Amino acid sequence: MTTGGGFWSMGGYARFVWPCFAFAFGVLGWNAWSARRFHVEAKKRAVRALAMMGESR
Amino acid sequence: MNGSAPGMWTWFYRLASPPSVYRTAGTLTPWLLTGAALAIGIGTLGGLKFAPPDYQQGDAFRIIYVHAPSAWLSLFAYTTMAVAGAIGLIWRIKVGHAVAAASAPIGASFTLSALVTGSLWGRPMWGTYWAWDPRLTSELILLFLYVGVMSLRSAFEDPGRGDRAAALLSIVGVVNVPIVHYSVVWWNSLHQGATVAKIGKPAMPVSMLWPLLCMFVGFMCFYGAVLCMRLRGEVLNRERQAAWVREAVNS
Repeated sequence: MTTGGGFWSMGGYARFVWPCFAFAFGVLGWNAWSARRFHVEAKKRAVRALAMMGESR
Repeated sequence: MNGSAPGMWTWFYRLASPPSVYRTAGTLTPWLLTGAALAIGIGTLGGLKFAPPDYQQGDAFRIIYVHAPSAWLSLFAYTTMAVAGAIGLIWRIKVGHAVAAASAPIGASFTLSALVTGSLWGRPMWGTYWAWDPRLTSELILLFLYVGVMSLRSAFEDPGRGDRAAALLSIVGVVNVPIVHYSVVWWNSLHQGATVAKIGKPAMPVSMLWPLLCMFVGFMCFYGAVLCMRLRGEVLNRERQAAWVREAVNS
């Protein structure tokens, strides 16, 4: 269990512990968002390429 | 024996074919994301709430629950990138280069995470955010290698040449992976030694270890999930005009 002084104060190390967790979870969030966006954009490009191929036939 | 070898290779090539990889990655993603959310949720709760404080570092030691999995992933993603690049280079399997390209930004972001969380942990423990310590310096070189590989891939107009150049650099740079890992053993270092990877005897009591193992599993599942998502994008970008793509994008 966390030491005295409460959960949020992290035994006096709150200004180091919480930014670490915030940064790491920010990296997780960025990865999920950017990976999804990358796939969606690739899908849009593929649809455009297929449409252009259809037009040129 | 000889008769089965061509069959095995056919199976392997079929498995590594772009449509098969696209389909498999799509099936795996939700399962991996669910596993990641569960393991990271349980690990974070355990690490922040239920693990006892360290007798020397107090509650500051809880940074390990995000720092160590990030650092581990930074090495794992690089090794994956180099192995996939080598597969693409040696056997000319296009998906190998796609896996390498997908792994690079993920690995770079986790290397940055390891450096930032390590720096924030270093301030209260060592009295400084940064020291030119072997572990820290080799991890920084790893970040530069990731940036170099990504820049090199995008520097060529011909994507095939970009893939081959990036694969070569990542294979050369893989020498840095054992240097990062063993730097705390080979040289005098401010950084603490191995905590979990000591064979048979982790330097941690079980009450502190289980949340860390949960975080490792969660980060690995998360890596698998975002790799699959990026890989699907890479495969589509490379196979844009293939016949199977029409069916895939319409589904």
